[in-house]
Amino acid sequence: MTDLTRLSAAELAEKIHAREVSSAEVTQAHLDRIGQVDDFVHAFLHVDAEGALAAARAVDSALADGQAPVSPIAGVPLALKDVLTTEGVPTTCGSKTLEHWIPPYDATVTRKLREAGVPILGKTNMDEFAMGSSTENSAFGPTHNPWDHARIPGGSGGGSAASLAAFEAPLAIGTDTGGSIRQPGAVTGTVGVKPTYGGVSRYGLVAFSSSLDQAGPCARTVLDAALLHEVIGGWDPLDSTSIDAPVPPVVAAAREGLRGDLTGVKVGVVKEFSGEGYQGGVQRSFEGAVEQLKALGAEVVEVSCPNFVYALPAYYLIAPSECSSNLARFDAMRYGLRVADDGSHSAEEVMSLTREAGFGPEVKRRIMLGTYALSSGYYDAYYGSAQKVRTLISRDFEAAFEKVDVLVSPTTPTTAFKIGERVDDPMAMYLADLCTIPSNLAGNAAMSVPSGLSDEDGLPVGLQIMAPALADDRLYRVGAAYEVARGSITDRVPELKGVSA
Amino acid sequence: MTAVAEVMDYAEVVERFDPVLGLEVHVELNTKTKMFCGCPNEFGGEPNTHVCPTCLGLPGALPVLNGKGVEGAIRIGLALHCEIAEWCRFARKNYFYPDMPKNFQTSQYDEPIAFNGYLDVTLDDGEVVRVQIERAHMEEDTGKSLHVGGATGRIHGAEHSLLDYNRAGVPLIEIVTKPIVGMGERAPEVARAYVTALRDLLLALDVSDVRMDQGSLRCDANVSLMPKGSSEFGTRTETKNVNSFRSVERAVRYEMTRQAAVLVSGGTVTQETRHFQEADGTTSSGRTKETAEDYRYFPEPDLVPIAPAREWVEELRGTLPEMPAARRKRIQTEWSLSAEELRDLFNSGAVDLVEATVAEGAKPNDARSWWVNFLAQEANARETELAALPITPAQVARVAALVDSGELTNKLAREVVKGVLAGEGEPDEVVEKRGLKVVSDDSALLAAVDEALAAQPDIADKIRGGKVQAAGAIVGAVMKATKGQADAKRVRELIIERVGA
Amino acid sequence: MPNISRDEVAHLAKLARLAVTDDELNVFAGQLDQILDAVAKVSEVAADDVPPTSHAVPLTNVFREDVIRPGLTQQQALAGAPAAEDGRFRVPRILGEEQ
Repeated sequence: MTDLTRLSAAELAEKIHAREVSSAEVTQAHLDRIGQVDDFVHAFLHVDAEGALAAARAVDSALADGQAPVSPIAGVPLALKDVLTTEGVPTTCGSKTLEHWIPPYDATVTRKLREAGVPILGKTNMDEFAMGSSTENSAFGPTHNPWDHARIPGGSGGGSAASLAAFEAPLAIGTDTGGSIRQPGAVTGTVGVKPTYGGVSRYGLVAFSSSLDQAGPCARTVLDAALLHEVIGGWDPLDSTSIDAPVPPVVAAAREGLRGDLTGVKVGVVKEFSGEGYQGGVQRSFEGAVEQLKALGAEVVEVSCPNFVYALPAYYLIAPSECSSNLARFDAMRYGLRVADDGSHSAEEVMSLTREAGFGPEVKRRIMLGTYALSSGYYDAYYGSAQKVRTLISRDFEAAFEKVDVLVSPTTPTTAFKIGERVDDPMAMYLADLCTIPSNLAGNAAMSVPSGLSDEDGLPVGLQIMAPALADDRLYRVGAAYEVARGSITDRVPELKGVSA
Repeated sequence: MTAVAEVMDYAEVVERFDPVLGLEVHVELNTKTKMFCGCPNEFGGEPNTHVCPTCLGLPGALPVLNGKGVEGAIRIGLALHCEIAEWCRFARKNYFYPDMPKNFQTSQYDEPIAFNGYLDVTLDDGEVVRVQIERAHMEEDTGKSLHVGGATGRIHGAEHSLLDYNRAGVPLIEIVTKPIVGMGERAPEVARAYVTALRDLLLALDVSDVRMDQGSLRCDANVSLMPKGSSEFGTRTETKNVNSFRSVERAVRYEMTRQAAVLVSGGTVTQETRHFQEADGTTSSGRTKETAEDYRYFPEPDLVPIAPAREWVEELRGTLPEMPAARRKRIQTEWSLSAEELRDLFNSGAVDLVEATVAEGAKPNDARSWWVNFLAQEANARETELAALPITPAQVARVAALVDSGELTNKLAREVVKGVLAGEGEPDEVVEKRGLKVVSDDSALLAAVDEALAAQPDIADKIRGGKVQAAGAIVGAVMKATKGQADAKRVRELIIERVGA
Repeated sequence: MPNISRDEVAHLAKLARLAVTDDELNVFAGQLDQILDAVAKVSEVAADDVPPTSHAVPLTNVFREDVIRPGLTQQQALAGAPAAEDGRFRVPRILGEEQ
């Protein structure tokens, strides 16, 4: 009997829609898997078995009635990052502040998933309020990388990526502000995509950095990610920054890519994303990927984006600034944690004591950094200057995309580091986002697709593909072609402790 | 700690100092929905029933701009002769206060939608003053707090507070004047006249209810003093809680006298927010802040820039009604009114009614006289607004026409009007029912004359003797006998005739 | 030469309504100083003739119709409230002024 948890989303959809297997069975199989391994992996903060099975049964029932599937992935279960609101289901954002919060409304992404007949297995672990690169900043304990329990799964969306690598879910949703979908994808050997900014609604996405945040698809294959991308993407009247244009034809592009021919595609290797700080194994895996792209018919050139070296500092000014404002609403007055309300403290004191108790150190650091960068007297030098760097980064991309169709780089300079290794060194932690940040600043689309295992430590490495805004389909064509040529990675994930033989 | 502040005699103040004013007026727009969400913009309603994730500031919620709010802002800007921005943005004004769900206000900072305008204000004596407008910008209102446990329901001494967010997010336009200088002793009067004129303008635009008593029109008065001969502005205070036009005048006047006393005693004016005390016309100090608030403004990332097309702006300009100042000029000219008559007319609030009555065919003087005198008295007696009286301009015009044609005397006309007010029907119906027509039939009058003469024979002698004035007593008797429905002039003629015969 | 003093960090914490402890202050001051050092380089390239980008997506004039949209019930609104009374959110006594 096929292990349903080893199939791709596309394969599962086919079987469910052909009624070879029911969505309820598939969903239950994944719930069982979660039950077996999640004590070990800790990808999930909340499992909603009841809700997921009810949704699955609804899909089965409609199919039994002879109705066409409501979407190409109807019936295929999914793990949702705990930063997107789910009505009636806890949404914590990995923070003590929202430990017991149950939203009264669904995010648009959540609603679209429900309308697409996708059962939501549960909410996945994350760095608190999406701030981090390791999921160690979660108030509820870290998630472990299925490839090595002692290592981080990446962040902030480590839970979503780990759930895929642990076969707890065939699909997941993450959010990416500085690399929080792509970097976990890279270090867990899975696929993660940050769509064009504005391509997926942010309504119900608890804001970290409003001008950078974007929800996106996570999966084990490029085609699966494409199928999910088409379900969640599109204009939303509730999000003023969402783009009023059709979702780029990403599924068609993925299928096109699977034919394995990249003749005519121009690929640019970003010169600035190499050298010191990049592990040898990562570097070599990347070079191997580039060779593979050439073998597929792509024309590869080196491209220089000189302002990219300013991307990291600009990001660590813009994101904290916006977050210092976005997180001000967590003041113990209307929802969330409240401490010290004993009659002897003023509202202001309750606010301060609650925020002190409810936020972890990384969140506090960024709030203070952002408060500083926006202060009168400092605005021009810090926030104002960072906004100018954004312009320069966009110009570098524009110039590059005049010469090439896509840009490539390693997704992140190292493989998964050990849990605890960088927790006390914020600057070292920030370096994980070196390659991913420019796309967030420019609003472009970017994908991480596994490029194999590092020859140094056997851990997954990711290839990052970057495309101009609104050209998300290019990612999928190149990514799918590369994936086919590269061969499978996920069948090499070690067996997880806790699984009964 | 609240010692009664020393004040200087007003005459002395204006002799020694030049006051400088700055008036900030907030206007709540009368759109159907709030500024950034589709919740109802209504008064009343159970607390927290006109709320949604956006105006409640729930995690994940996003704002979407109300087009009608933008329209209102532009129309206000045009009516104030402002330039309308070709491109502008919203900004976040960051500070913590429980009545603000996000702990930032979405407002406009250095890019207001309208700027550099003016308003011509007519003072009581007819003098016209041009007040320069710095800007008008869009923002959102806060929720409302009830302070429980203190003596007066105010915030001082309260034990806790209760928050209702029904009004949070209501569209607000803030109108700021440039410093108003050179008004001397008339400064308080100018302040009141400005706010009144602004109210009239906004009423004419139909963008707001503009009720100071309900909070849809709010005024903060900034006052500072310059020693005569100096050109450097002094330190200003901002006075809030000014809830009527008269309070604006009183607050400005009081601050002038208070600040003068401080300066003359060698002290310095503290830059602070003060509260107007309705009961005694003084201002009291707000709680002192340790440092001035740093709002850390930055462009609102969740809303995109507004770039009103010039065609749209011109289209809106075409929807502007005749502005109050222009209307005053036109009415004064068309109806040949003196400055005093004009003032009385506008102060009585009867202009619309008078114009409507003229439109129904009445002569301007007649229409004016009816509404400003008799009907205004009736309205006062009934403690109601003129417009609420149960008589229409058409009916008033009819009565005026009847007087014109001689069918009614003024006295009879007043009876008719009273009848209409009492609900007895149209003017002609009242005349009929009450038999109020002027008796124009000579034979009927003669009968009454003869009777009266017979009753007072000595009068007849007096008249024959040359004392024509004595006829007055007979006229009076005849008027009484005919219940006032005789034309006194005709009666007098008949008496003279009769006696002479 | 530190970019930011411990006192300044304490001030920031106050502005941001964070009741940080003394120990935290010591650690944060050092870390923030280090971070500010690294991010300050943005001013190197932020020339006067470079316009700032506030929005990645080049949209303008996104409006909605002035039409009522169903919101939350009072119960839903208050569901997560730490304290509620008479249909309102109950909060401890407020010291500061409305703006």
